[in-house]
Amino acid sequence: MADTQRPLSPHLQIYKWQVQMMTSIVHRATGIALAVGSLLVVCGLWNLAAGEDSFNRFKSIIGSPFGTVLLIGWSWALFFHLCNGIRHLIQDAGLGYDIPQFVRSSWLAVAGSIVLTVLVWAYVMTAGGVA
Amino acid sequence: MSAKDIVVKDRRNPLKIARGLGSSQSGVGHWWSQRVTAAALVLLGVWFVITVLCLLHADYATARAAVAKPWNALLLIAFALTMFWHAVLGLQVVIEDYVHTRWKEVVLLVAIKFLAVLGALASALAVLRIALTP
Repeated sequence: MADTQRPLSPHLQIYKWQVQMMTSIVHRATGIALAVGSLLVVCGLWNLAAGEDSFNRFKSIIGSPFGTVLLIGWSWALFFHLCNGIRHLIQDAGLGYDIPQFVRSSWLAVAGSIVLTVLVWAYVMTAGGVA
Repeated sequence: MSAKDIVVKDRRNPLKIARGLGSSQSGVGHWWSQRVTAAALVLLGVWFVITVLCLLHADYATARAAVAKPWNALLLIAFALTMFWHAVLGLQVVIEDYVHTRWKEVVLLVAIKFLAVLGALASALAVLRIALTP
């Protein structure tokens, strides 16, 4: 456990729920998920370099039902981190700090991520699935 | 304790005492790198998703030929390096925030750096193998 004796901030359940709390923590969570997902990018490139058999094995793994579910999750994580990341970059430029704008941009990031995920997977599914 | 008291005690300039402590170690270096890599990844990430979608159902030869194209190879390596760099910067903050035991924190911070460097090198090597072997 903690080896420091610093004061703690109030626990989360003290605060009234707001959408910005959710986007903030989900931004972190999706960041961690995407860091794990980066290993998939390496695996893909590595298997493509290794030869046809490895590439086909990789394709059949990510094309399996389990692989597809993981890919849907990762794609949503990517789109959320992308939308909310752009929102944070705009805020870092000093814009959008009024509370109504702050709330609206949070919902916009959530909606944008869902729309992009649905669009991409509608395309993949109409084209006949992952692999 | 004011800055004046510190000076009287050890006769060092307050700036000299503050240097090396807290955020004065690297200033806004980490924060800025995270933003610059984020901006790069907005472009490279969107390009990567579109490229992968274009290669949907591609067979081995088609996928290999696509990656071997000079621009694709260049952008893939740029994407992989930036992605691992940004991931390490982000994971570092998460570890610093939530891991309160110093030795576990340091071990994790070093481990993610090792993994990220390996991942980045492996991606670059894989792309180069594809791009440079006929």
